[in-house]
Amino acid sequence: MVEPLLSIDRLTVTYPGRGFRAKPVTAVRDVSLDVRPGETVGLVGESGSGKSTIGRAILGLAPVTSGTISYAGHDISHARRSEWRKLAGDLQVVFQDPYSSLNPALTIETILMEPVTAGGVPKHEAAQRIRGLLDAVRLPKDSLDRLPREFSGGQRQRIAIARALSVRPRLIICDEPVSALDLSTQARVLTLFREIQETTGVAYLFISHDISVVRSLSHRVGVVNRGRIVEWGECAQVTERPEHPYTQRLLLAAPVADPVRQARRRDRWLAARTNTIPQPR
Amino acid sequence: MTDRMPPVPDTRRRSLLARVLRNPLGAICVGYLVLIVLAGVMASSISGHHPNEIFPREIRLGPSAAHWMGTDSSGRDIFSRLLHGTLPTLRDASIAVIVASLLGTLFGLAAGYFGKWLETIGTRVADLLMALPGLVVLLAVRTVVGPSMPLMMVALGIVMSGGFFRVVYAAVLGVRNELFVDAARVFRLSDTRIILRHILPTVRGPAVILAANLMAISIAIQAGLVFLGLGDLFAPGWGNLLNGGFANIYTVPLELLWPSVAIGLTCVVFFLSGNVVRDEFARIGISAAAVALEQGAAEVSAPVDDNTGAPRGRAPVAAHVALTDNQAVLAVRGLVVGYPGAGGQVNRVVDAVDLQVDRGEIHGLIGESGSGKSQVVLSIIRLLPAGGRILAGSVFLGGRDVLRLKEREMDRLRGRYVAYIPQEPMSNLDPVFTVGSQLVEPMRIQLGLGRRAARNRAMELLEQVGIEDPKRVFHSYPHQISGGMAQRILIAGAISCGPSLLIADEPTTALDVTIQAEILELLRELRRQLDLAVLLVTHNLGVVADICDRVSVMRSGGIVETGSVAEVFADPQHPCTRALFAATLDDVPARAPYARRIIEANHG
Amino acid sequence: MFWYILQRFMASLMLIAVVIAGTFLILHLSTDKVARGILGPDATQEVVLQKKQELGLDRPIIVQFTGWAVRALHGELGRSWFNGEPVIAAIATRLPVTLAIITAATILIAAVSMVLGVFAATRGGRVDQAVQVLSVLGFAIPNFILAILLVSVFAIRLGWFRAVGYQAMFDSPAGWLGTVTLPVIALAVSGISGVAPQVRGALLEALGKDYVRTLRSRGLPWRRVVYRHVLRGSMGPALSMLGVHFIGMFGGAVLIERIFAIPGIGQMSVNAALNSDVPLVMGFVVAVSFFVVLLNLIVDLIQAWLDPRVRMTT
Repeated sequence: MVEPLLSIDRLTVTYPGRGFRAKPVTAVRDVSLDVRPGETVGLVGESGSGKSTIGRAILGLAPVTSGTISYAGHDISHARRSEWRKLAGDLQVVFQDPYSSLNPALTIETILMEPVTAGGVPKHEAAQRIRGLLDAVRLPKDSLDRLPREFSGGQRQRIAIARALSVRPRLIICDEPVSALDLSTQARVLTLFREIQETTGVAYLFISHDISVVRSLSHRVGVVNRGRIVEWGECAQVTERPEHPYTQRLLLAAPVADPVRQARRRDRWLAARTNTIPQPR
Repeated sequence: MTDRMPPVPDTRRRSLLARVLRNPLGAICVGYLVLIVLAGVMASSISGHHPNEIFPREIRLGPSAAHWMGTDSSGRDIFSRLLHGTLPTLRDASIAVIVASLLGTLFGLAAGYFGKWLETIGTRVADLLMALPGLVVLLAVRTVVGPSMPLMMVALGIVMSGGFFRVVYAAVLGVRNELFVDAARVFRLSDTRIILRHILPTVRGPAVILAANLMAISIAIQAGLVFLGLGDLFAPGWGNLLNGGFANIYTVPLELLWPSVAIGLTCVVFFLSGNVVRDEFARIGISAAAVALEQGAAEVSAPVDDNTGAPRGRAPVAAHVALTDNQAVLAVRGLVVGYPGAGGQVNRVVDAVDLQVDRGEIHGLIGESGSGKSQVVLSIIRLLPAGGRILAGSVFLGGRDVLRLKEREMDRLRGRYVAYIPQEPMSNLDPVFTVGSQLVEPMRIQLGLGRRAARNRAMELLEQVGIEDPKRVFHSYPHQISGGMAQRILIAGAISCGPSLLIADEPTTALDVTIQAEILELLRELRRQLDLAVLLVTHNLGVVADICDRVSVMRSGGIVETGSVAEVFADPQHPCTRALFAATLDDVPARAPYARRIIEANHG
Repeated sequence: MFWYILQRFMASLMLIAVVIAGTFLILHLSTDKVARGILGPDATQEVVLQKKQELGLDRPIIVQFTGWAVRALHGELGRSWFNGEPVIAAIATRLPVTLAIITAATILIAAVSMVLGVFAATRGGRVDQAVQVLSVLGFAIPNFILAILLVSVFAIRLGWFRAVGYQAMFDSPAGWLGTVTLPVIALAVSGISGVAPQVRGALLEALGKDYVRTLRSRGLPWRRVVYRHVLRGSMGPALSMLGVHFIGMFGGAVLIERIFAIPGIGQMSVNAALNSDVPLVMGFVVAVSFFVVLLNLIVDLIQAWLDPRVRMTT
């Protein structure tokens, strides 16, 4: 039995309502999961399901209303600043939008150097490390003194990955990291994620709305619907033989690139739909 | 690695001052300001007269060699008085601007970044400061402090700091939730560092612009106060010259003119400097856009695929053209679309596209972002974004070349022959009109229906697109409905005037998969009922497999392959098409279960 | 919507109450200076103390304020320290003059800005450039400098208008027009320069919205889309700006009335400030504050009528 790197126990996140007389909104309800070292755990769900909020809560960017989040055995659900500072090198993030996740006014070198030197690494060593990182994410050597706007979406996402890797973390929260990318770029970035995991042993919590993206990368998968994990298990089981009706609908609704198979899936989807008529939203 | 590195714009990092100086208007403004400051510093040596020196025999004289701007009613040299008034005027105005910008920046940054109570108090205080006009507040202050100009200017600065706070605060709000600030937080950088490094730079632009404008306003208010007699009447300054001149407006009009010109010109220059700074900031944005455009152009001009190095595939449409032209609901021939690029060049984003959609057919147009598929669609309905031009080719809708139609004739075709379903449902409904009135309006114009008839038809349409409570939705405003519902309404609007061809530009991309399946089912259903032809733009091969009869694959502004869905999916010919299939994750197996081995290989 | 408007109204009432209290506090910060301001710089300390006692300035500030506030709520703003005239009466005779000029200027601003803004946004090219250049100049040149130039040229040099004085509208409409034309123009130019670009920008932004293309794709003619959909959607910010300018003109009027020797509330307040006439200054602040609240309410109501998202907030 491997000790989990991250474990979440009955996490609930409630936001105070915005504005006058507004009701509080519960984005995440009673969520439990764990991530082991070097493992990828996928979280799949539709927009507004609360999957991203789980990731933000782990990073301390969303308030933990109840439940606990433990990292390497320590409860971090209400960690103080000083504790977070120690964790900065362990816990990292790659966001969805490669356009707003890099400060447009800073060069790539500054963007990559900042977290490393802030972690106390001497300058020359940091410079060496980020040059290695550029290689690891396959960016050209002359990228360092350029600005983010000079790069395409796929390249920016590589920069964001390099930045996350720069502090040698043990867990990266990946919040829809490929959904803004074209199909071919997406495939390449996913391969990169996998290679990095194989060489560094980093663990991922991989959040996506696309069940096939999650399937290709995850060891275990959780399906999130309306703030709860409705199904949780080994990747093949959840993404190929799901038990929960919601997961089944989700799986059948995504069309496959094969007209013959898709026609069959559509019939099954129609049959499932007439059983549980969804309200038009 | 095929993500292409775009060319580097040469105006990348240059200091703001350097940018302003390179701008002709900016250089003039800076030059003028330097000049008046110098003139103020060297006032005595330039004018040659003491400002209060009285020439008793030269009262109210016009300009002369001895007195360049003439003399006032006491016989004092106006030019000398104007020069000596320069520095005090600028100094007083600067006091107000410095106070305003320091207070505004400090509290704006703090309130914007930390939020919570600082935010509440900050915005409330700013509201207070901005509730009354500055001059009204200054009158109250003057009642108490007397004619002390520096004190009044400090008060003015405090009043203006409300406006400064708002601008800084708004700029901080704009970036506070940007992901790069979140990323900095995840690296646990200190708040001071995040503010200085990541937030202050975005505030700098608006702050500089505002400070320049406030400088103009402060000069005006300072001079105005003195003019009203509320300042120290013996202190040198432009306002005092005005005050003195105003008394002699009939006898020595020039005496009033000189200070008026000095004040007006200086205000205009400060204001223009702010504009130049704003333009320079905007230009950085434009150069980024230019890069994006060049990127598009680079793609178009390079028909060779990076992945495979293969040239463009078989000429796809030619055989099809000869076959069934009379059946074609839509036929595009040799379409070229261009946008103006840098240096008067034209970037061709669509190049020689042929496309045909037959009766009752659902035709998929697939390609990655930037391949030009949306440009094709918008050319067909002649609603290209500003700057876009159709450079060559023809678009036949039901046999008529729409590119030769007058705008009014085109209006009659839109909605009635060809209808359009956009990608992003929420932004495509007018937020200030009800759903119902947006459905009714085109039907009344296009079909000439009466109010009641159009209304009934709209209800029917809403029902037809699967909305359960048409009456409620009819009276709803767009902000009251969900994205999926909005897309149904847009589809209802598209079919409302009985078109033969439906053009759907990524109609499900912004929606969740479960809703996507519903919308695709609806389109299939409508096609059956209304015998529609559909041109469906998408980047998703699964959507094509699900609903389309034929498919055209687009790449870099051209169509590389066309055929029936069965054919193309079974045996894709062109390398680009194959690359698209290779990138799908449909048949990627689930990842093998977790094994500890991976980590041990690393740590052991 | 009623609750929303009421909430906004109460908020603006509260805000103004705090502003009035703050002004009262400022005016009583240094009572010595106020007394000396009345008596002149040579007054002895003894006389100053006596004056303070006479005016009640020696009592604790909180007592003074509550006394003033209670009287103010009963419509009683005291008497001028300078000539004993009741403050309410002083304001009542002068406010209509100022209000007439400001209202005329506001109407002018609204009409001209609308035409220029729509013209610049839809025609583009030369018209657009001209409007932009004019708006920069109009905004940058202080309105009293403009007023001085207008007087010098049109009243003194050409003699087309009266340089000074005021005639009431009901006494002689032609005379009124002759006296207010220049002041109204001087006040309106900076307003037009602020509002017209706002209209232009809002229109251009609205024209680029997705729904404009979709409406056009349904066959609605361009003109109809612009005048029915785009214009309505972009009026909100321009209207707020117009409100801001209306209030701001109370400040501008202070200078303009001096130049044209118009017996309005602005002239009154300048003299009050010079004479350290605290009750009159307070009366001026209260009068302007009243219009701030009124105008915010009107703008909110129109805003709600224009935009359902505002209308439906609770």
